[in-house]
Amino acid sequence: MASETLLQLSTVVLLLPLLSFVILIFFGKKIGRPSGVIGTSILGLNLVLSGIIAFQKLAVHADTVLIQTKFTWFNIGDFPFQVGFGVDNIAAVMLIVVNLISFLVHLFSTVYMEGDKRYPRFYAYLGIFTFSMLGIVLANNILFMYVFWELVGLSSYLLIGFWYEKDSAANASKKAFITNRIGDLGFLAGMLMLFFSYNTFMFDEIFAQIGMGIMPMADFSANGELMLTLAGIFIFMGAIGKSAQFPLHVWLPDAMEGPTPVSALIHAATMVAAGVYLVARVFPMLSADALTFIAYTGGFTAFMAATIAITQKDFKKVLAYSTVSQLGYMIMALGVGAYTYGFFHLVSHAWFKGALFLASGSVIHAMHVAMHHAHNHSMDAQDINNMGGLRKTMPKTYITFLLMTLAISGVPLTSGFLSKDGILAGTLAYAQLTGGVNWLIPLFGFGAAGMTAFYMFRLLIVSFHGKPKTDIAAHTKENKIPIVLPLFVLSILTLWIVYSPNPTDASSGWFYKSMKAPATVVPAEYQHDFLMPINKDNGYALAAHETVVENHAVEEALAHNDIPELEGEHAVEGDVVHDAAHAHDAEHSHEGEHAHEAADTHDDGHSHDVANTHDDGQGHEADAHQEHGNNHYANKFEEQIHKAHLPAMILSILIAGFGIVLAFVIYQFKIISADKLEANFKRLHTISYNKWYFDEIYHATFIGITVWLSKIMALFDGKVIDGIVNATAVVTRGFSYFIGHFDNKVIDGLVNLTASATGFGGIVLRKFQTGRVQT
Amino acid sequence: MTVGLEGYLAISAILFCLGLFGVITRKNAIMVLMGLELILNSANINFVAFAKFGGMNIDGHIAAIFVIILAAAEAAVALAIVLNIFQNYKHVNIDEVDSLKE
Repeated sequence: MASETLLQLSTVVLLLPLLSFVILIFFGKKIGRPSGVIGTSILGLNLVLSGIIAFQKLAVHADTVLIQTKFTWFNIGDFPFQVGFGVDNIAAVMLIVVNLISFLVHLFSTVYMEGDKRYPRFYAYLGIFTFSMLGIVLANNILFMYVFWELVGLSSYLLIGFWYEKDSAANASKKAFITNRIGDLGFLAGMLMLFFSYNTFMFDEIFAQIGMGIMPMADFSANGELMLTLAGIFIFMGAIGKSAQFPLHVWLPDAMEGPTPVSALIHAATMVAAGVYLVARVFPMLSADALTFIAYTGGFTAFMAATIAITQKDFKKVLAYSTVSQLGYMIMALGVGAYTYGFFHLVSHAWFKGALFLASGSVIHAMHVAMHHAHNHSMDAQDINNMGGLRKTMPKTYITFLLMTLAISGVPLTSGFLSKDGILAGTLAYAQLTGGVNWLIPLFGFGAAGMTAFYMFRLLIVSFHGKPKTDIAAHTKENKIPIVLPLFVLSILTLWIVYSPNPTDASSGWFYKSMKAPATVVPAEYQHDFLMPINKDNGYALAAHETVVENHAVEEALAHNDIPELEGEHAVEGDVVHDAAHAHDAEHSHEGEHAHEAADTHDDGHSHDVANTHDDGQGHEADAHQEHGNNHYANKFEEQIHKAHLPAMILSILIAGFGIVLAFVIYQFKIISADKLEANFKRLHTISYNKWYFDEIYHATFIGITVWLSKIMALFDGKVIDGIVNATAVVTRGFSYFIGHFDNKVIDGLVNLTASATGFGGIVLRKFQTGRVQT
Repeated sequence: MTVGLEGYLAISAILFCLGLFGVITRKNAIMVLMGLELILNSANINFVAFAKFGGMNIDGHIAAIFVIILAAAEAAVALAIVLNIFQNYKHVNIDEVDSLKE
């Protein structure tokens, strides 16, 4: 398939869900029941198409880093605003993730939302959500990213508040929207910084210019490192909001007020991953300081959310905090530089967390049905203390839930083990390379890993094992096929074999090989030295230079000459060196092309070019491109990850095993009493149960200050502004009163005086008129 | 595919009529505001269209952005008023909000 066809196909994939939205929002009421079928079948078609795209990109076009198209959206004056779409390896995989989860959720909802009075509208909202999420995935420029980012925020708002008659749902949707806006403000600032400096929104053009050593806001500040770091952190703020990182994580647990399929689709599997995806997109331009900031934010979030999840009683709240914690993991992975594993965790987490939420939907649905039959409407269907024994009544849900729990806990033979293990190895490698206080990061990582295993098994044991704690739980029944089928589909995807033939090491699988981290474009002095390419002499700065295009042959020869020398140096890691040399070559042609493009685009704004970035490299280096279809450099960090792999694996198995055993000891065999533990650690339990009092703190500070300020404003409005208006009125009234009296007394007085004087004069003068002048 | 000036003007005229229709026929204050918004945006389309075809360069864009900002300010104030009306009357039917007459 030609790359143009691939792009046209991706446009179709992008627009189909929008079509579903348009049909269902305008004609949903007339269509009624079949709208579920329409939405589901459109998504099914979309899934097939995205499967084709992903296969084409990963298998046929593996040697092209990014297939993209650029076009002019609009001109202001003579300045063209360029936008476009592109497909690279991570976008191809994300297409499948989004479409598959969305399709399964559509299918699941045909039963779950059955009988809801706004059933067609639900499917319309799912459609616009899928559309905007696919927009984020396919955007090759930061402007489209932002537009679809906001659209995703809107659809999330609509779906959280879907049952808006409930006050809690309406409030949760407002909270989610406003909290996200705070993060988006940073994203906007970062975007404007980049646009102001580089006059383009295109990721590749921005990276090429940074690679050439042009720092953001160069006219404004000479401190390039600070500006680059700031730009990175500002953009990351968007991810803090959307991916629910500390300190803006408070909206995600509340978002569980929405229907459960929505929680699975948006607040577990896809939308919250958008933040991670954004960080992955801008990964090449993140400086060392920005990466450190990201790593600490993620690490702390992972740890904190895990401590909260341990004590929650609501089925969905446990899963919600677990999501926050896992998102922290991904962000932390990107922050330490373990790009591949961070993205891998995004994908594997999407499968198992999507399935966990769908399973929770299955449980809650069964509880509701049982409550309905028992005419009991006062019980909390989501409280795990009302469940228990569901293993017997809902065996299919139980099996899938068990498999997902194993995956999220990082038990071997699951995808969760591969990705989590990679992240932990990454944090270990990072700590070994940087040392000092950065050992906190692996500490956060391993701590969260142990707690994850513990709280997930607590959830499993309390709700599925043992005897039913209520009558309702004893009378639950397994759900229909549309609810159970998605669970099994997702279960298959959590097996290790899908990603790597070796259950202990992801790096031998296709996923790792095609999702290699892109080379950093940050100048060496602003970047961690272990993230810089090993072969420093012919580094990125040179490759990015325009002259490379002309001197291509010379460069090539140079690179070939380097190989023996390098092999001598690093005889032990022969493998890595090969990577370095080959990928390095690819990089040269690639960057040359970029620089060329960046120079071109300003001349003709209307260029519609499908950039086939490896055109000139292909001929000479066919074999290298087959193997390494990515703009990737080997670096010291990767070697270190390989070294840290085994200790990380052993440690993570031990820690996860400990968490699992502890959960069984406390909740299954009840050797240690949970109540006693709670009493002994009263203070810790209270803090964890109350979610570290974040909501209360925000209420007391930010919200309190805002309300206080509003009150002062209202007072000012009431007293000063209204006072001025009222005073004007009083003065006018007083003046009118005075004028009235003046009129009454003085003017009228004068008139009357004249009149009476005339009258008096008349009386006097009349006497002369009688003719009787003689007396 | 290129669209001439006529196309833009036609769209703008249609939008204007729809907006005017809304403003005149609706009793719900929110609907009236929406009609108003349509009218403003039809003017915007004219501005931008003339900027593109009439050689006005960037002036039309500036005017359009100015209108957008005005519309935003107008919406903020108007919606605050509507909210107050709702709190006092428990409806936003503009025909029945006439206590200033008395």
